[in-house]
Amino acid sequence: MKTHTPLSFARFWAIVIKEFVQMRRDRLTFGMIIGIPVVQLMLFGYAINGDPKHLPTAVLLADSSQQGRALLSALKNSDYFNFVREVHTEAEGEAALARGEVQFIVTIPVNFGRNLLRGEKPTVLVEADATDPSATGNAIASLRTLLNSALQHDLKGALAFLAGSDPPINLRVHARYNPEGISQYNIVPGLMGVVLTMTMVMITGLAITRERERGTMENLLSMPTRPLEVLLGKIIPYIFVGYIQVGLILVAARFLFHVPMTGSIPLLLLTSLVFIAANLAMGITFSTLAKNQLQAVQMTFFFFLPSLLLSGFMFPFRGMPEWAQVIGEVLPLTHFLRIIRGILLKGNGFEEVMLQLWQIMLFAVIVLAVGVKRYRKTLD
Amino acid sequence: MTESFVIDVRGMTKRFGDHTAVNGIDLQVRRGEVYGFLGPNGSGKTTFIRMLCGLLAADAGEGTCLGFDVIRESESIKRQVGYMTQRFSFYEDLSIAENLDFVARMYAVSNRREAVRESVERLGLAGRQKQLAGELSGGWKQRLALAACLIHNPRLLLLDEPTAGVDPKARRDFWEQIHELAGQGLTFLITTHYMDEAERCDRLAYLSFGNLMTRGTAAEVIEGAQLTTWSVFGPDLQEITRQLRSTPGVGEAVAFGSRLHVSGTNANVLERAIAPFRTERYIWQQIKPGLEDVFIHLMGNSKDNFSA
Repeated sequence: MKTHTPLSFARFWAIVIKEFVQMRRDRLTFGMIIGIPVVQLMLFGYAINGDPKHLPTAVLLADSSQQGRALLSALKNSDYFNFVREVHTEAEGEAALARGEVQFIVTIPVNFGRNLLRGEKPTVLVEADATDPSATGNAIASLRTLLNSALQHDLKGALAFLAGSDPPINLRVHARYNPEGISQYNIVPGLMGVVLTMTMVMITGLAITRERERGTMENLLSMPTRPLEVLLGKIIPYIFVGYIQVGLILVAARFLFHVPMTGSIPLLLLTSLVFIAANLAMGITFSTLAKNQLQAVQMTFFFFLPSLLLSGFMFPFRGMPEWAQVIGEVLPLTHFLRIIRGILLKGNGFEEVMLQLWQIMLFAVIVLAVGVKRYRKTLD
Repeated sequence: MTESFVIDVRGMTKRFGDHTAVNGIDLQVRRGEVYGFLGPNGSGKTTFIRMLCGLLAADAGEGTCLGFDVIRESESIKRQVGYMTQRFSFYEDLSIAENLDFVARMYAVSNRREAVRESVERLGLAGRQKQLAGELSGGWKQRLALAACLIHNPRLLLLDEPTAGVDPKARRDFWEQIHELAGQGLTFLITTHYMDEAERCDRLAYLSFGNLMTRGTAAEVIEGAQLTTWSVFGPDLQEITRQLRSTPGVGEAVAFGSRLHVSGTNANVLERAIAPFRTERYIWQQIKPGLEDVFIHLMGNSKDNFSA
């Protein structure tokens, strides 16, 4: 006697049909299934470039000889270097490098042309912002050939002896801020921003949707409370949680990875506050938009993915095409990475930090304004 | 005039798309009154209550609630109203005391600690105040919800099916408490599906598909329906019910326990219609219609606008 079959096709088919119906009703999940491969294809296929070119470069030209200018024009014409400005003092160059405006400073010393012609092998100094070693590696490698070939044109006839196998100039490269090119120095501080982005957005993303799903929203709305009270009240506790994460990562960075901490830690903690708040505001705004907790998590993921890929965490920011950089500039993580690397590795102070920080603040204010507007005071 | 009425609204209307959930309802509730709100599921009771306390924006309507403009001053109304939702809507992951404390803070109750302590004691939960709300049984959850609604000393309580899923003893206790509070001047608007509860209300309103069908005291409601009702007792009531329902002149034929109630609006027509069924197998007896007879009659009369 057969009381039950181990596998009934009818029952199995009933589940299949039900799943399809539910999938069709859940538009956002379906959108993600389509959207995520598209976004990833675009980002990995087009935006990500492990060999960044056209890096902004400043030149300190202390010699006006023909040979000096030949070098300059060679830099201007190269793929790797994008000549953006000429600086006139070392301090000016230093500041541009600290603010992250330029990736390189090329110094052509006084009497470069004369010393070259005398066969004294003048020294060309290249200072590179090496906080992210992968961003500068290839450019530096190409530099020597570039400089030599630039001079080939001039070193003809009577000067041909200078163009021999022995290079006519000395090239000295200073990898600034991270001289040994240790990638952890770049990644570990960056990780703080990445972890905060993921957890802070998600944790508040669930905050309002949880109330709605559990039915407590109706009760909350029937009490005399204003949207800003609810939204801020839900943000503050998680700032505390964010600081626990900041503390953990800083301790690990210091004692496990020996990341240099050149700048002011209090300044870093202060800027972290703004960054944490911006991400919490993003989460709470997702929370007002999402219908349920699942959607909130999905939205978090949609925000996290570009943050991870377009902020300069995984790939050098300057290796991305223009459009990807424009998107990246909007994201708080992009600016926070510059801040934290700036403070820890470059020893940036308040002034340099503010250049990035105001953009995070602006993001937070706009996002929170959307959240307050979207927060429904009624059940309509 | 509004002084004597805690709720005095006219033409309250709420639409959801094409569907009119509440259709121009007028309602006056006096201070200290226990007002029963009845009607089938989806008749607009909850929607009406939500409009009263500002949870839903009314599409039309005017009037006052607690002396405040019902459309524009919902913030002020919220401060003096206690609203108990149909589904338990306090925090299951907070303890009893923590829930009460939260509500007390929201309403800025003075002497908060004292108020919470008193409330816990009145609940009879002094020993269990640290228990999580989610662990409570249905009856206790309901008592906690009522206590939380009362903690800011509201003047009006809106209770949406407060006794759904609660055992008879707890229901009885609950209603005793309500009448005690009403005696102290608190006003109640309560939705219910239970007839025994409806009978304990000072006055009633009956809603069907967003329309107010009737209102008044229980006696007035019964009187107003002008219903004639017969009680039938005998074997095979299922069969006779089926036959009676298809007989012209018979309004409703509904089982009441072991008996059958047969009602109609025209006594003579009804008597003629039932004549063929009055055989010796059955005991027929004309009775005074009850609230339930009236409500079933009203439900049958109203048209279903869900299918519209």
